Amino acid sequence: MTLLQLEGVTGYYGHLQALQELNLSVNRGEILAVLGANGAGKSTLLSLISGELHPREGRVFYQDKDITQLAPHLRVREGIALVPEGRHLFGTLSVEDNLRSGASTRRRGTWSLDAVYELFPFVAARRKHRAAVLSGGEQQAVAIGRALMSNPSLLLLDEVSLGLAPVIIRDLYAALGRITAEGTTLLVVEQNITEALSVANYAICLLEGRVVLEGKPESLSQREISQAYFGHDLGPSSKAAS
Amino acid sequence: MIWVNAVIQGLLLGGLYAIFACGLSLMFGVMRLVNLAHGDMGVLAAYFSIILIEHLGGNPLWTFAAVIPVAALVGYFLQRLLFDRALDGGELSPLLVTFGLSIIIENLLQQTFGANDQSLNIGALSYQSWKVTTDVYVGRLNVIIFVIAVIVIIGLQLFLSKTRTGLALRATADNRRAASLSGINPKRTRSIATAIALATVAIGGLFLAMRTSFAPTSGSSDLLFAFEAVIIGGLGSLWGTLIGGFALGVAQTIGSQINPADGILIGDLVFLAVLAFRPQGLLSLRSVIAR
Repeated sequence: MTLLQLEGVTGYYGHLQALQELNLSVNRGEILAVLGANGAGKSTLLSLISGELHPREGRVFYQDKDITQLAPHLRVREGIALVPEGRHLFGTLSVEDNLRSGASTRRRGTWSLDAVYELFPFVAARRKHRAAVLSGGEQQAVAIGRALMSNPSLLLLDEVSLGLAPVIIRDLYAALGRITAEGTTLLVVEQNITEALSVANYAICLLEGRVVLEGKPESLSQREISQAYFGHDLGPSSKAAS
Repeated sequence: MIWVNAVIQGLLLGGLYAIFACGLSLMFGVMRLVNLAHGDMGVLAAYFSIILIEHLGGNPLWTFAAVIPVAALVGYFLQRLLFDRALDGGELSPLLVTFGLSIIIENLLQQTFGANDQSLNIGALSYQSWKVTTDVYVGRLNVIIFVIAVIVIIGLQLFLSKTRTGLALRATADNRRAASLSGINPKRTRSIATAIALATVAIGGLFLAMRTSFAPTSGSSDLLFAFEAVIIGGLGSLWGTLIGGFALGVAQTIGSQINPADGILIGDLVFLAVLAFRPQGLLSLRSVIAR
């Protein structure tokens, strides 16, 4: 069943056309990985879904409702939450206040302060600290927890692994499995292809604002992905960037 | 003893500056808007009180009950109808819009009430005093203003740190983008901030009008004192604004003690010294607003 659908969406990043008549549908309960190099249009895509950007052309449907012009905070109320790239925590607020601010829509669901602390025990230990003093991995966990506090049906994750140590990335991705177990649909935007494909049940690859490759992760070959990622064939001996 | 007296009188005066300035600080914190008409809005509240007394009579103290909610309501809609649009127009627009608003208010008041000085007559309370020592007397009104100012600022701080709406305000002040991505309605948050700002500046405006005389153009100098209190204390911090108000008040009364004409000048010099040597203010934004 389709949860989110983009129909012929054209999005601009400044004056640059970042997405060209993109069609995309996200099914309920799936984990969709969106891959692509810098400038492929991944962040623009997320902005269109989170509502920070409105498309020039095309429409966005969520739960069969047209939300093309809906403001970001109203989309959170409908159940779309974004964990932005760079985390954007409230640095001067305590960790607990960061999490509580995510609950401002009062959407009901399984996620609460206790549930988030259980998911990320290391965050619970830092609940009284200012968010700015946390390590990168802790901050990313708080950012995910803050989004979960709104009990989203669709959780958008932008470059979760960026700048983090592999061991922390593994922990965070392990948590994603538990989040989907609660019925949340995930859209994961990543440059870290290996991690993203390890959790996804479907993947699309963006290149210059278009979908150039899509399919189930197990059906995609390294060569296809690297070709889609870079826009040209690197030759049979080359490996996809990871 | 003269100096002790000057410090005490300065602290009492500082409480008034702080309540006058805290809304300026709040609005800047939440939406990075510098309201150049802030002082005029306090003066406007005082004229509103005068109208009420003219028509309904009684002691001006009762008009707080009418002026505060009206000011809050005006603030709410002012934000919705004017400031929100100005904020969408880039960095310069809010300055121009509030500056224009300041000119409009001052001229409308002059047109309606004339340029003469007025004051709110609260009867004996304006000259009664309490004896602290043989050399030090404190005006009852001044003490009342001080106590209420401190209560209002503590109350505002508690509101910010303990309530959902307060959390939304702090989150918005910290990171607007993240706030709206967390489901916080930015327009509602801004409107509440401006409603609070106008309610508090109305309290300050009425107290100022009871303490001294005022005229349509008083708003500009009141704004200057509010700015000084906010900057001395640290932009965007309520405790800072309280401390800044105290510092400015004490500087002015000590200055007046040295030479009666120099009070305001000394206050300005302290303000400039803070800008030169501790531009982040006595308490910096980072350390306080978010607590």
